[in-house]
Amino acid sequence: MTDTIGTPILEAAAAKGAHDQHMVLNMGPQHPSMHGVLRLVVEIDGEIVMRLYPEIGYLHTGIEKTCEAKFYQQVVPLTDRLDYLSPMANNLCYCLAVERLLALEIPEKAQWLRVLLAELTRLNSHLIWLGTHAMDIGALTVFLYTFREREEILRIFEGLSGQRMMTSYFRIGGLSLEPPIDFFDRVQGFIRTFPEKIDEYSNLLTGNPIFRNRLKDVGYLSAADAIALGVTGPNMRGSGVDFDLRRDMPYSSYEKFQFQVPTSKVGDCWARYEIRLIEMRESVKIIQQALDGMPQGPIKADAPKIVLPDREKMKTQMESLIHHFKIVTEGFAVPQGEVYQGIESPRGQMGYYVVSDGTAKPYRVHFRNPSFATLQALETMCKGRMLADVVAVVGSIDIVLGEIDR
Amino acid sequence: MAEAKTFIGKAAVLESLPDHPAIKAMLFWHPSALTDAKFDRGEMTLTIAADQIREAAATVQAAGYNFFEDVTAVDWFPSSPRFQLSYHIVSHSLKERIRLRVLVDGAEPSVESITAVWPSANFYEREVFDLFGIHFAGHPNLRRIMMPDDWQGHPLRKDYPVEGYR
Repeated sequence: MTDTIGTPILEAAAAKGAHDQHMVLNMGPQHPSMHGVLRLVVEIDGEIVMRLYPEIGYLHTGIEKTCEAKFYQQVVPLTDRLDYLSPMANNLCYCLAVERLLALEIPEKAQWLRVLLAELTRLNSHLIWLGTHAMDIGALTVFLYTFREREEILRIFEGLSGQRMMTSYFRIGGLSLEPPIDFFDRVQGFIRTFPEKIDEYSNLLTGNPIFRNRLKDVGYLSAADAIALGVTGPNMRGSGVDFDLRRDMPYSSYEKFQFQVPTSKVGDCWARYEIRLIEMRESVKIIQQALDGMPQGPIKADAPKIVLPDREKMKTQMESLIHHFKIVTEGFAVPQGEVYQGIESPRGQMGYYVVSDGTAKPYRVHFRNPSFATLQALETMCKGRMLADVVAVVGSIDIVLGEIDR
Repeated sequence: MAEAKTFIGKAAVLESLPDHPAIKAMLFWHPSALTDAKFDRGEMTLTIAADQIREAAATVQAAGYNFFEDVTAVDWFPSSPRFQLSYHIVSHSLKERIRLRVLVDGAEPSVESITAVWPSANFYEREVFDLFGIHFAGHPNLRRIMMPDDWQGHPLRKDYPVEGYR
């Protein structure tokens, strides 16, 4: 039980060297640059940030608790709602974790399609980041351009799964449906023109003196701080730590793809901006490789007691009908054990920890989401800087409150 | 998958994986702090005595496991010891992950905070404190993080209902 109620920054003595004019300012929860419902309690001296305290939990819906009452497959739609800007990455991470518990072999085509979709999701997520980040800084135009491209990705997702955002397309043991006939052509058409679009954003922003001045030398994070504070993904690589789970601890046949992992030693908002732009180009390369080398074969594992049968078989074969009925009504039992599966989501290292007690419902599911840890570094990045820089920093670390509050 | 090998129990793991850097460091530091070990599905799990976790974390950090990823708890209610804490730590150089496991009793559960070793554990320990009610001694700011400050109970405990009123 806590003895104190309220925000500690309001109760604690003012920061060292404080003058009388220190002020405590609430940014959020309803603030246009807070990317959701994040509340920052900021202690300022004039316009200089002395201390900063993120207050979270406004979106807490107890997803981890809800998971414990669902069958394994029913958890997949819940994972969409964590990081709602990159649903496929969440699906992938969860499915990989459960598949490892089941020791299930996934067909190659499904693995490659998963990689392709994970990278499309990365583009999708980075496009939103770029648009909103530029908008926070005051460059409104870019937002319209990035959302034009994002729209095409969402249409591809819609053709694939019937949903634009909460796709729930992944299944334990593979994917839910064969992709539609025009899927590969559409993706090819999209990535053929996409590198030019990145040039277009770059033309709008990279040479823009306002954008440059707002980001350069702002929000500095050293490599040691990034590791100490648990920062991952593009933010960590922007500080010079060269680590990417896709390359260093590959999953879902990422080891078969060639791509570069951009890093920068500078560690400011500008470095993070540049790294994400390069990451988008690398994602395009991965998608191209996936399209070129897409293997043939099934998209579901051969495990009739775990994977739902095809609709056609279910209607014509007795055995498939029985399996279908069993899976839908009772779920499938997962062997006892615990698995921690990490993937590189668009925001950094995502990890799902799934504990099974041998029944059809997960005993415990825990989500390690990158934004949650990244938020801890916010004070380090903003301390001693201008209040207006907080907006630039919050934009540049690319957080999503859905996965922070869960 | 190349994860077929499974070793359960401290003796089996020590015999088959004597060169594992985390185990080597742990044995060099304090052999009795390592109470159990498991290698399952490609993941190394080291069970640490509850009062040794901070030093154990510092030991594996020195052994090259430099990046703290996650800590969470599992409630094994009604069995005893009730809580299991799982620390997941990644090594950037070895490209490998280990899990440190601590078992805590249900009555007034408390362990030492590892925020002195990895400041990034701050939010994670607050989350475990909030949702499981496990106290972390030495934590700089142990307050609820998800639930409101005046909330009663700890939602992720197994005796806390999933739906309906309490």
